[in-house]
Amino acid sequence: MASSQTWLLRPLQERSTQLFLGVLFGALIVVTFLHLFMPQDSALHVSAYTVTLLGKYLCYALLAVAVDLVWGYLGILSLGHGAFFALGGYAMGMYLMRQIGDRGVYGDPVLPDFMVFLNWDTLPWYWQGFDMAWFAFIMVLLAPGLLALVFGFLAFRSRVTGVYLSIITQALTFALMLAFFRNEMGFGGNNGLTDFRDILGFNLRSDATRLGLFIATGIALAIGYVICRGIVTSKLGRVSVACRDAEARTRFLGYRVERVQLFVFVVSAMLAGVAGALYVPQVGIINPSEFSPLFSIEIVVWVALGGRATLYGAVIGAILVNYAKTVFTGVMPDAWLFALGALFVLVTVFLPKGIAGLLQKRRKAKDDDTATGQEATA
Amino acid sequence: MSIFRLLAGLALAWCLALGPAVATAQVQDDTAQTLLQRLAEANNAEKSKVLKQIAESGDERARSWLEAFAGGKLATVKSSGYVVLVTNNTGRNWQVASAVTGDSMGEMSRRDLDSIRVNNALRSQVEGILSVVDLTVADHRTRRAAARHLLGRVDAVTAPLIEERLEVEENDRVRDLLANALAIHQLEQGEINAIEQLSGSLNSRVRAALNNAASSDDPAIAAAAEKALASIEQKLKLNKAAETLYFGLSLGSVLVLAAIGLAITFGVMGVINMAHGELIMLGAYTTWGMQQLFPGQPGLALILSIPAGFMVAALAGIIIERSVIQHLKGRPLETLLATFGISLILQQLVRTVISPLNRTVVTPEWMSGSIMINEALSLTLNRLYVIGFALVVFAGLMLIMRRTRLGLEVRAVTQNRAMARSMGIKATKVDIMTFALGSGVAGLAGVALSQITNVGPNLGQNYIIDSFMVVVFGGVGNLWGTLVAGLTLGTINQILEPWAGAVLAKIMVLVLIILFIQKRPRGLFPQKGRAAEG
Amino acid sequence: MSIKKHVKMGLSALALSVSFHAMAAEDPIKVGILHSLSGTMAISETALKDTMLMLIEKQNAEGGVLGRKLEPVVVDPASNWPLFAERARELLEKEKVDVIFGNWTSVSRKSVLPVVEELNGLLFYPVQYEGEESSENVFYTGAAPNQQAIPAVDYLKNELGVERWVLAGTDYVYPRTTNRILETYLKDQGVADADIMINYTPFGHSDWQSIVSDIKSFGSAGKKTAVVSTINGDANVPFYRELGNQGVSASDIPVVAFSVGEQELSGIDTAPLVGHLAAWNYFMSVDNDANYDFIDAWVEFKGDEKAVTNDPMEAHYIGFNMYVEAVKKAGTTDVDAIKDAIIGVAVPNLTGGIATMMPNHHITKPVLIGEIQDNGQFSVVWETASTVAGDAWSDFLPGSKDLISDWRAPLRCGNFNVVTGKCGGSAEVASN
Repeated sequence: MASSQTWLLRPLQERSTQLFLGVLFGALIVVTFLHLFMPQDSALHVSAYTVTLLGKYLCYALLAVAVDLVWGYLGILSLGHGAFFALGGYAMGMYLMRQIGDRGVYGDPVLPDFMVFLNWDTLPWYWQGFDMAWFAFIMVLLAPGLLALVFGFLAFRSRVTGVYLSIITQALTFALMLAFFRNEMGFGGNNGLTDFRDILGFNLRSDATRLGLFIATGIALAIGYVICRGIVTSKLGRVSVACRDAEARTRFLGYRVERVQLFVFVVSAMLAGVAGALYVPQVGIINPSEFSPLFSIEIVVWVALGGRATLYGAVIGAILVNYAKTVFTGVMPDAWLFALGALFVLVTVFLPKGIAGLLQKRRKAKDDDTATGQEATA
Repeated sequence: MSIFRLLAGLALAWCLALGPAVATAQVQDDTAQTLLQRLAEANNAEKSKVLKQIAESGDERARSWLEAFAGGKLATVKSSGYVVLVTNNTGRNWQVASAVTGDSMGEMSRRDLDSIRVNNALRSQVEGILSVVDLTVADHRTRRAAARHLLGRVDAVTAPLIEERLEVEENDRVRDLLANALAIHQLEQGEINAIEQLSGSLNSRVRAALNNAASSDDPAIAAAAEKALASIEQKLKLNKAAETLYFGLSLGSVLVLAAIGLAITFGVMGVINMAHGELIMLGAYTTWGMQQLFPGQPGLALILSIPAGFMVAALAGIIIERSVIQHLKGRPLETLLATFGISLILQQLVRTVISPLNRTVVTPEWMSGSIMINEALSLTLNRLYVIGFALVVFAGLMLIMRRTRLGLEVRAVTQNRAMARSMGIKATKVDIMTFALGSGVAGLAGVALSQITNVGPNLGQNYIIDSFMVVVFGGVGNLWGTLVAGLTLGTINQILEPWAGAVLAKIMVLVLIILFIQKRPRGLFPQKGRAAEG
Repeated sequence: MSIKKHVKMGLSALALSVSFHAMAAEDPIKVGILHSLSGTMAISETALKDTMLMLIEKQNAEGGVLGRKLEPVVVDPASNWPLFAERARELLEKEKVDVIFGNWTSVSRKSVLPVVEELNGLLFYPVQYEGEESSENVFYTGAAPNQQAIPAVDYLKNELGVERWVLAGTDYVYPRTTNRILETYLKDQGVADADIMINYTPFGHSDWQSIVSDIKSFGSAGKKTAVVSTINGDANVPFYRELGNQGVSASDIPVVAFSVGEQELSGIDTAPLVGHLAAWNYFMSVDNDANYDFIDAWVEFKGDEKAVTNDPMEAHYIGFNMYVEAVKKAGTTDVDAIKDAIIGVAVPNLTGGIATMMPNHHITKPVLIGEIQDNGQFSVVWETASTVAGDAWSDFLPGSKDLISDWRAPLRCGNFNVVTGKCGGSAEVASN
């Protein structure tokens, strides 16, 4: 008990974590204040639209933190984290679908609309239980966690690493995408799950619920960040960095490398699942395109831009890229893919340590002796 | 009976028309105009009658009228009702010529023309009329096509004519087809003896006729037809298996083509090139570009595209290698990300510069259609060419790797870069050459794919994951592995597809590969020795 | 408190009327355009954005509506479904547009729907779709299944004598629903189970060898066979190629497609496809002066002699004109007033008929069957004698056959159950 406490409390004593949490909570409070108390026509007013948009960015940020945990500290470049994100999202989506109850267009008390018009007569077994919030929330963690456990167990046991692992994670999410596109799977096919009404009794279409979700996402990000910091600063974290830098040597030193890898991988998948679960009620739809390999690889670029193995870099990267995406696709849609593509190239070639690397360099220059940066190589 | 005469007369007329400068029957111009105008004004049932009259007229222009009608190229001028042949029907203004005199009338606005409507039934009728005529031409392939067309389309009117043809026909296959066509007609009339003639045939129309007969009211006919069908089914099963194998090889060879360039860049050089798919796309667009350069000669353009596609993709590869990949030596994961960025840029470039829409790539005449092994098994020509092309490309690559200086140097650099350099090999140059070679081969794949699938900005994306799967499954760094893996995966996919459905088959293959990699992380043919530990 | 409230209301009403008068003259009517300009759907949707810009330009040249100019607000949802909802919210909440024209795929519409309902916006949806929906805030100017699929099947049955059916589609909701409707419809007409073959393929499917081979052998059972294709977009080119190469001609086994239009054909060499069919409510080749004018304007607008028009473009043409008429009729752009005013509005379509907005927010359309020509166009071979009104709830699905939609007072319900007499769907569905 005591050790687990220190495990989680240690990060809270770090200056960087305190700074991160300070900025995050500060932002949450400012946005909440501006949304609630500024008059509608004021230039400072933050609209519900913006609140939801920021909420979405925070979900992506949590997802990026999850990816950074495995890529930055474990050296596993997962091109399939979108799959865990989407599974968490589907678990939440199924709960929200069941909450619609008989308010669907066909008024069926049990079956979601898409099942009615595709003539399903009973609810499939894997939909059972999702009417209960606690069950659904457990599944948000369990579904991605289990997939990561099985997949990771097989992969790490046979020492599939490096680019091979990247490629098969990509194949994994691609296969899942094809599977979820199938209408026979019972997840709504291409249309996915949508038309949600309420969550835990709160109306999803009210601004207050939106604000609540935004704050919840901020808190989830804070907790996720602290958990990750806790892991990477613990002994386990140091072993995982050792695995990243020299897997064979770590193994020879007597560490069960695959167990470390598996543990971190599963935690990361669960965090991704939580991010997905918070994402779905805010954007109002979950559909198989979240499984697309393109999305998964985009996440990696957020992390790369922000700076690998820093965690806060992942947050910065996710928010920056997505903000740029919002602006770009609004102003000059054709240019967005050029910009994104160029970002991939420029960051990897010229900015291997990302924005966090730049920050660190400046700080290092300022006072040389406090720098304890995690350098990512290989 | 009169129609028999008209068809016979018609056949005679065209028979003569084929000969040198023989005067033939010709109706007056104004009669022709009236006839065609009636065609324009008639409803579908009426049109059918007018078509017969046109055939009956024996006019030497009748064939061009019928063909134009079937192709939807007959129109009337709205103001005058004058019937014209449309010689070019693209765009808002059409080029027209007088249907009666054949003289060009220049361009007319689409607004001023009224197309004469044709539908499948009428087109079928015209084809039937023309088939009967075609039975008398000198070229036996035309006769065979005509005879095949007549299967299941013989009626009381045409039957005697075909009997007549059957007596003078010399070509065995044409005779056989004609006999079958007649037999189908006889079976429809309730003649049980006709079944004997039909029982050996694998043709789908023959089967259709037998299936119909099997549900006949006459128990004797039904039983005989059942029996004939059973023996056909037996033969069909074997053919079906051969067909599935062919489909598998064909899909496999597409996979091999798409993956083999990757096998070089990834397998030999260790560079993860996510822009590989876009290099394929460039090859396909080169084909399109060549066809624009040589309009009307799709075959020539396609052949020229082979070197052109190679060069374009190789050049793009060199640019990618020089500008990005060389800076990321020894950092495979970063290379993956950077090349992914390049792939996004290339896709968007094509969208912006050319068009987001798919481009039309024409299949040359000699690549369309299929070779008929027997009536039930025919091999589609475009895919046959792709299989051959894949094998040639593979053989060429093997030769380069095994028998040339470049191949030797590539293998040396792959196995031990430092050692190779100290032996005087310019490793950088080898890198460029290897990458150019791999990229060029991707371009070749694009040229081949342009004959099978869409040429559009997404072309590459559809193949990139499959390509990686093939390379990883086959064993990185082993060209043979890629060949075997590609063909195997293609065949497995095609075997699974009929009973699992296309989506599930694809998922199953992916899961299979994922599981296989867990079992054998280095693929089917793992590289041995130090190079493998890279 | 109540006094405060009253004062507040009065003030805001005053403010509203003042601002209304002040802006009536110069404030433009904002028209949101929600079509993907990047990503996979850009192929289809960019043309619709341009159509809207052209229509708005033309309307402004004629002096706008109610003396106000129209101002397009273009956003790019980038073929990303959650982004559609986000952009719709941006249009309604931030840009405060008066109306939205947009969406192509069903999933994007489903994604936008809750937003448009919550913020009480207006959405004109121009693409043929699977039906089974009627929202107070959405106007469906594309075809419902009874305006495309069922007449097409009738044509095949009656004119071509088809008795055996292959229902082939891409695996998503539109083909699934359409095929379910057709299956029920055909069985009601006495078609046996064994004479229906259903096949689904993934998006962008490119290897059609074994499916085409299956279709061939299915077609050799002695009855006239046809393929009803709901295959989507990119998968069509390899499908038709394979048909041509395996020697399946339109006279043997005709294919009637619901998702292949002029734009899709522009990427295909159509010579081997002559005679295959498509069912739409508009073809570019329709011989009508309004259509020729539209084509001329479009070619001029695009600056491309080869630019093609298609069915969803006509739907936008109709939807836009209906909106303009409704604004004129209501004398305001107020959403609720438009919703009442637009029902019954009739405007000419491009095929020489009249499109009327029905109480279920669908419109009347003629159904045309066209055969593919070698110039990438369709020639119309058959059309319905009169226009057909769109049916939101199919009569051939057990869940929806008792539902009707009527957005006029006093019913104002999108899913009224005529059996139970209740608004809000049927409860007897689960029994099936």
